[in-house]
Amino acid sequence: MSARLTLATAARVLRQLRHDHRTIALLVALPCVVLGLVAWMFEGTPVLDSVGPLLLGLFPLVVMFLVTSVATLRERQSGTLERLMTTPVGKGDVVVGYALAFGLMAVLQALVLTAFAVWVCGMDVAGVLWVVVLVAVLDAVLGTALGLAASAVARTEFQAVQLMPVIIFPQLVTAGLFLPRDEMPAVLEAVSRAMPLTYGLEALQELAAGGGLAEVRGALVVVVAFIVGALLVGATTLRRRTP
Amino acid sequence: MRNNAPAAVRVAGLRVVRGGTEVLGGLHLAVPAGQVVGLLGPSGSGKTTLMRAVVGVQETAGGEVEVLGLPAGHRDLRRRVGYVSQAPSVYADLTVAENLRYFATVLGAGRADVARVLGEVDLGRMAGRRVGALSGGERSRVSLGVALLARPELLVLDEPTVGLDPVLRRDLWQLFHRLSADGTSLLISSHVMDEAQRCDRLVLLRDGRVLADSTLPDLLASTGAADVEAAFLHLVEDGAAPAAHLVQAPAGRHAAAHGEGSR
Repeated sequence: MSARLTLATAARVLRQLRHDHRTIALLVALPCVVLGLVAWMFEGTPVLDSVGPLLLGLFPLVVMFLVTSVATLRERQSGTLERLMTTPVGKGDVVVGYALAFGLMAVLQALVLTAFAVWVCGMDVAGVLWVVVLVAVLDAVLGTALGLAASAVARTEFQAVQLMPVIIFPQLVTAGLFLPRDEMPAVLEAVSRAMPLTYGLEALQELAAGGGLAEVRGALVVVVAFIVGALLVGATTLRRRTP
Repeated sequence: MRNNAPAAVRVAGLRVVRGGTEVLGGLHLAVPAGQVVGLLGPSGSGKTTLMRAVVGVQETAGGEVEVLGLPAGHRDLRRRVGYVSQAPSVYADLTVAENLRYFATVLGAGRADVARVLGEVDLGRMAGRRVGALSGGERSRVSLGVALLARPELLVLDEPTVGLDPVLRRDLWQLFHRLSADGTSLLISSHVMDEAQRCDRLVLLRDGRVLADSTLPDLLASTGAADVEAAFLHLVEDGAAPAAHLVQAPAGRHAAAHGEGSR
């Protein structure tokens, strides 16, 4: 791995994104639209203040997961991944290059979405706002890292799309959105503890209830650990030689 | 004779199995340095698999592939070997120049190389165009250009002239011969038998086996055929007893076989 090749790869991915207006719209505008609909639905109630912060973490994760896994599978199917594997580029350069590029998009997405939620929809966060943005960014980067790992495992774009519900839905069900974790059956609670989204949403719930960085530090460490783990899976599953 | 020159590629007993089927069964081959070697055979004969093994992205089930004196896929070869796959492997959503600049960084080549390559594949006027908006032939030239960036010592080209108009095809072959004159070794696959006359040596491949490894005059003389197509048929139909002196023997017998063929 080399910093120069990783950064060159990240710059190349961003350049590709710049030519792809639809994906940028999907990344930045779509979460705002959905959040706007939720705000409209619950207008005049305090629901947005409690649920809104959770959505700031959830939408970016799902969207980034999908966009990343499709982007990296295109890389595979166009033959450019195989070509890169005949060059001095390391597997880590490819995976971390993608993570950096989409991580930057995640920052943009989190900033735009939070600004939209607070200034346009009137969301009122009891906790510290910049920590909400930080958690949203980390959740989006987690989505990217999971997408990179999934596409390293998947063999086709179709499989990657099939993996989305497999990876995302169980996390949604057990993350504590529908039922607080401590009220779940013991087995489900254990499953919940093994899922990365749980910790992202836990942090956001804490923030919605008025918490700050000190209250969510533990959860954030777990999310970062999952990000690093998923990137390692992605980089090690990639093969220079294929059948 | 160039047989004393070190081989750019030496393949010994290469086996590749894919999905339970043997694609290459104990293949022997040598690509002499500085020559244009044509790899001819019908689709499904194993040309692409062999080329992928040479550039080190093919999982193999046995045998050895040595490239420029190192095992295929060795870290130190990644700048010295250029590979162009059959489908153009460049980014369709980037411009020609953006593609070349990215791969130049990856390969440690400079801006001057990007400019040189744009001229070599005659895409100077297309530099600012998005690759996705180019014709198939233009796209495959971008892909070829990427392989030329680092001035590789060995070029492995999988059907580089498919679908190109005759003028362009001639120009590309002139480029290949120029590179070869400068010392580059080229392994070029084709299923167009008439491209054989442009190669210094020919390797005829069928069902994952080498039918013949020879020069065109030697191949025609030994089979009594009028062209490569007829020679290929002759060798297939005599399959039970292939012209032994045309089949590449394991290292060492190459010079003898060649001398016998040119008698």
